Amino acid sequence: MKWLMVAIIVGSTVLADLLQSFEMKRHGEVEVRDLHPSRVGRMLTRWAQRGLLVLAVFFMAISFFAFMKLLSVADLSFAVPVTAASVVIETILARLLLKEKVSLMRWAGACCVACGVALLAV
Amino acid sequence: MTPGRMVLEDATAKGVSHRRVDFKTKVLTAVVVLTNVLGNFSLSWGMKHLPTTFGNSPLAYIQTILSPWVLLGTTLLVLWLLSRMTLLSWADLSYVLPVTSIGYVLTAVLGKYFFGEQITWQRWLGTFAIMTGMILVGLTTPNTTAASQAGDEA
Repeated sequence: MKWLMVAIIVGSTVLADLLQSFEMKRHGEVEVRDLHPSRVGRMLTRWAQRGLLVLAVFFMAISFFAFMKLLSVADLSFAVPVTAASVVIETILARLLLKEKVSLMRWAGACCVACGVALLAV
Repeated sequence: MTPGRMVLEDATAKGVSHRRVDFKTKVLTAVVVLTNVLGNFSLSWGMKHLPTTFGNSPLAYIQTILSPWVLLGTTLLVLWLLSRMTLLSWADLSYVLPVTSIGYVLTAVLGKYFFGEQITWQRWLGTFAIMTGMILVGLTTPNTTAASQAGDEA
């Protein structure tokens, strides 16, 4: 049960972030003026019509509820390092699928963050 | 205008534009981190200070959702989601993930001061590792994909 929840959390977090990043890049850079309260409603309506963004939010919800379930069967000190593992997996997939240029410095940074989050949970 | 001067002016314009992009990305990163940390903190505070015991009745659920701290937390987390989506339109996923991880550190600090949680030496070491990772990634160019420059929408 514990490891099934871990797989669901990591899988849905990775999918949600990849879909969000992919779709927001396709959407193009959000203009600062679109963040004005009088225009933000129109922008959100446009986002809600993008199927992949809606799917990303759906995966985030799955990840959230699976995390809640995991906390009921495992300690927080076990559950949090799982989030740390997803940082490294997502960096690898961002390089392979999103074609981002991940420099050595970025790899080092991602690994430091993953180790750091794991240590915070000790 | 001479070609040399045109190249120079073009390069200067690009430099200014890069600095502007860098600045707005950093400001939005701070917004993403703060809305996430304060949103989680408000939710946690609200759940720990409920006026009545959390039961299974629908009324208890509604009462929980409508309590001020839980409402504030939910609002902040909605803002977090929207600001993070905007940030992902400006910067790489492999940039956004590590630089927003400072949130884990701030959550630990808030936990220490408001909930009296202990910070062990392992946690300080973890904090140091996250800060190092964040600085390393923060020094790289936020956006490395060509597709994002174009966009498919006006």
